[in-house]
Amino acid sequence: MTMAEQDREIVISIRGLRNQFGSQVVHEDLDLDIYRGEILGVVGGSGTGKSVLLRTIVGLNPPVTGSVTVLGDDVLNEPERPDDDVEARWGVMFQDGALFSSLTVRENVEVPMRTIEGLDPGIRRALADLKISMVGLPYLAGGKYPSELSGGMRKRAGLARALALDPPILFLDEPTAGLDPIGATEFDILIRSLSRSLGLSVFLVTHDLDTLHATCDRIAVIADRKVLVTGTMQEMLRVEHPWVHEYFHGPRARAALDTKEAVNRPTEA
Amino acid sequence: MDNGLPDIEITPTETEVTVTLRGQFALPQVTELAARMQTLPVDRPVRIDLSGVTRFDTSAAWALTTLHTRIAAAGQGFEIVGAGEGPASLLKTVAEAMPDTTEATVPPLTLVDRLAQLGEAVAGSTRFVLALTGYFGLFLARLGRSIRHPGEFRFTALVHHCEEVGLKAVPIVSLMAFLIGVVLAFQGSTQLRQFGAEVFVVDLIAISILRELGILLTSIIVAGRSASAFTAAIGSMKMREEIDAMRSLGLDPATILFVPRILALVIMLPILGLIANIMGLLGGGIMAWIDLDISPAMFTTRLVNGTDVSHLMVGMVKAPVFALIIGVVGCHAGMQVKSNAESLGRMTSASVVTAIFAVIVADALFSIFFARIGI
Repeated sequence: MTMAEQDREIVISIRGLRNQFGSQVVHEDLDLDIYRGEILGVVGGSGTGKSVLLRTIVGLNPPVTGSVTVLGDDVLNEPERPDDDVEARWGVMFQDGALFSSLTVRENVEVPMRTIEGLDPGIRRALADLKISMVGLPYLAGGKYPSELSGGMRKRAGLARALALDPPILFLDEPTAGLDPIGATEFDILIRSLSRSLGLSVFLVTHDLDTLHATCDRIAVIADRKVLVTGTMQEMLRVEHPWVHEYFHGPRARAALDTKEAVNRPTEA
Repeated sequence: MDNGLPDIEITPTETEVTVTLRGQFALPQVTELAARMQTLPVDRPVRIDLSGVTRFDTSAAWALTTLHTRIAAAGQGFEIVGAGEGPASLLKTVAEAMPDTTEATVPPLTLVDRLAQLGEAVAGSTRFVLALTGYFGLFLARLGRSIRHPGEFRFTALVHHCEEVGLKAVPIVSLMAFLIGVVLAFQGSTQLRQFGAEVFVVDLIAISILRELGILLTSIIVAGRSASAFTAAIGSMKMREEIDAMRSLGLDPATILFVPRILALVIMLPILGLIANIMGLLGGGIMAWIDLDISPAMFTTRLVNGTDVSHLMVGMVKAPVFALIIGVVGCHAGMQVKSNAESLGRMTSASVVTAIFAVIVADALFSIFFARIGI
């Protein structure tokens, strides 16, 4: 860990986490910190519990033991939040958007805003249109139903809903899975530019090496039921663990790395 | 943290308006902020001071950007000072992302449009009926093929579906028919007693149950149970591309999925109808015994002597037709499911409604037919 990281504010802190389904232990003694304003990519083989970790942090999957602290609050043991505390701590974008199928995209984005008391319906609608436009969807997409959208548009709409309340933390579950390379690259750029301009801390679960290269500030590798190692892409390349080595030195990883060096350098400046 | 109303100070001078914002500006405050920004005059330049702002989110940036657009449209200057790094980048992002709402004006519906909609609906219904006929033909063709090539026929699937649509429906069908018999006897006795014609309650029960109610109500229950089950099963296979996988493996979905299901219905619905008839007569007989003192022996004698067997035949002959209707509608609706879960739910409920409606229409046609030929 570098000096710069130690100085930064921690927004999510996970300590001693244990998740278990029946006799199958998914996480054991898992520790992880996420700093303010960073994009953390979480990688791991299939079935290593990346999505379970995401669901545990946002409270959808109570762990056996361990603590999860988000913005200073112990989210596992806190009492019911008072009604007037409507500020969202996080937004979650699920794999296929998880939009409510009976509502239009605009209504989907308005759903979280309805919890705000005294918000004028006209303003709510205009703000929903703004969020839809911010994630790169055309204005007319707001009136469509999720079933009328392509997979990539549904993901964007899911992102717009996750951003509806301007949360400081954003969780993304496999944001580029199932997108074509062009759509995936656009989504990577979108996530990066939104997180920078809105000051978001992003927890990003992915399999996509290009996404890791293009968007993530730091990478956490889940293997052997815990976070094996965290660090930047360059640090990952030096890790000796066989799975990590295979992952970051495989043919796909090298291709992704070459592409980044050849193409993405101008966008970083 | 200060959760009160936003502190907005508007200082108009001769040459410009200065707006000073202090405190939090997020979603709960945006209604107030937007309303106050709306009151600003557009006849002189506006200066916004954000140096006292502690929280500034997208909604606040939206309110200021909207104001900017309004002021700029009036040809006046607009300036934001004291914005920190975060608010400044947010304002820039929002200004770039402001949706262009002018492109979306839906023209009102004209008379011609409405006429076109009506025509489309009529054509759609016709296509639907033709498609159902097509599925019926497909079923017959595949059934014929199965008879010529018995090796292709899925006997295990047929038995399984017979159990699902037939055996498992016996309790509900029996209970329903028994209660209908009870209701008929009870209602009939109160009316017929006025004329001293209580004994005709046996004819009433026998004819109405054997001819119409036994088989019709059984079909309605089976339509609710099995048409929906067919649609859901086939529809979820369609949704997950299992049907496409079958086709690509050279398997015919009609032979594998439709024939066993529809055939199971054709076999089991007459049996269920017969059970319903027996239970209906039993319920009616018991109620007649309790309420009208018509002994079981008398009920049986009256039933055998006074009711022609043609009534039973009229009822039973409808059963296979209803079974075909329910099966074809259920399978057809299943194949119409698209790749989303919403269409699965919509088609499932549509298949039940269509099946019940079609069964009742067919029953009415049968009634007219039998009345014409005098049975």
